[in-house]
Amino acid sequence: MELKVNGEAKSVSADPLSISDLLKLFKVEMPDMVSVQLNGTFVDRPTFGVTLIKDKDEIDFLYYMGGGQ
Amino acid sequence: MIDFTEAQLDRYSRHILLKDVGIEGQERLLSAKVLIIGAGGLGAPVALYLAAAGVGTLGIADGDNVDLSNLQRQIIHFTKDISRAKVVSAAEKIRALNPDVKVNAIQEHVFADTIRDIIRGYDFVIDGTDNFAAKFLINDACVMEDIPFSHGGIVRFTGQTMTIVPGQSACYRCVFTAPPPKNAVPTCSQAGVLGAVAGMLGTIQAAEALKFITKTGTLLTDRLLTFDALTMDFRKVTLHKQSHCAVCGENPTISALVDEEQAVCDFKNSKGLHATH
Ligand SMILES: [Zn+2]
Repeated sequence: MELKVNGEAKSVSADPLSISDLLKLFKVEMPDMVSVQLNGTFVDRPTFGVTLIKDKDEIDFLYYMGGGQ
Repeated sequence: MIDFTEAQLDRYSRHILLKDVGIEGQERLLSAKVLIIGAGGLGAPVALYLAAAGVGTLGIADGDNVDLSNLQRQIIHFTKDISRAKVVSAAEKIRALNPDVKVNAIQEHVFADTIRDIIRGYDFVIDGTDNFAAKFLINDACVMEDIPFSHGGIVRFTGQTMTIVPGQSACYRCVFTAPPPKNAVPTCSQAGVLGAVAGMLGTIQAAEALKFITKTGTLLTDRLLTFDALTMDFRKVTLHKQSHCAVCGENPTISALVDEEQAVCDFKNSKGLHATH
């Protein structure tokens, strides 16, 4: 399926594909440190494993950044 | 109306020349009150630029003292300031830079039971803190007190920022729901940060505060700006206020502030909520 991940067009062959699968596919090492937006709505973290991605979906990974001092 | 002195007309001439700022914008700046929470990597450039710009009242809240390891990035503090209170060191530089600025030095960290009183009365707040407990606390308090603020975060070579106008734009909690699990957060000593990245991000926050006060341009609302200094890639992700947000949504579940437990990342400063990298 054709996806837009972090603003870039990506072709992914896996189907079905959950948010958790996608995070693994994109080598996100610490999924606990990322917030995921799927077509403009933030996905509840406990549902990452059961939320399925479909063709043409737009997904953004937004990382927690805690520093400042 | 403020009667500008000759010296002020000269000092602020490059603002006054900007047609979007002008005399009117400079008057707004001189009458404005901005609170900077955290006089560290982000707070340092913010404080210097807002002082130089002639923001009339600058509050600075921080309970820490200057440590040698701060000087790699916290450019408002000098070698002679080691061991002095950060707010005292910062206030001294601000007054030396621009005597037009009134400084409120608040030598304490923000906590759930004090933050609303501390932020009340300010027009804009800068989040220059270094931990998730404080970032969520600032978000929730600013939403409750209806005070616009700039979120900022940095780690290693990367930074993120967004401006929040409560009631109108997405808040920090709309995007990040709750602090990450403590065991997932890399310790600050492991993470590190390039000093100039703090300057890049803090300067963006300062520009947002100046835009808000002078009513100029389009604020960085409903967009999270992230950058990676390793590649100099900048990206803006469009966001929306979430109707189910626990603090700014239709049925908020957060009605009272609480202090989240916070991973401590610097043994020298391991006194509760706040910690420094
Ligand atoms: Zn919200």
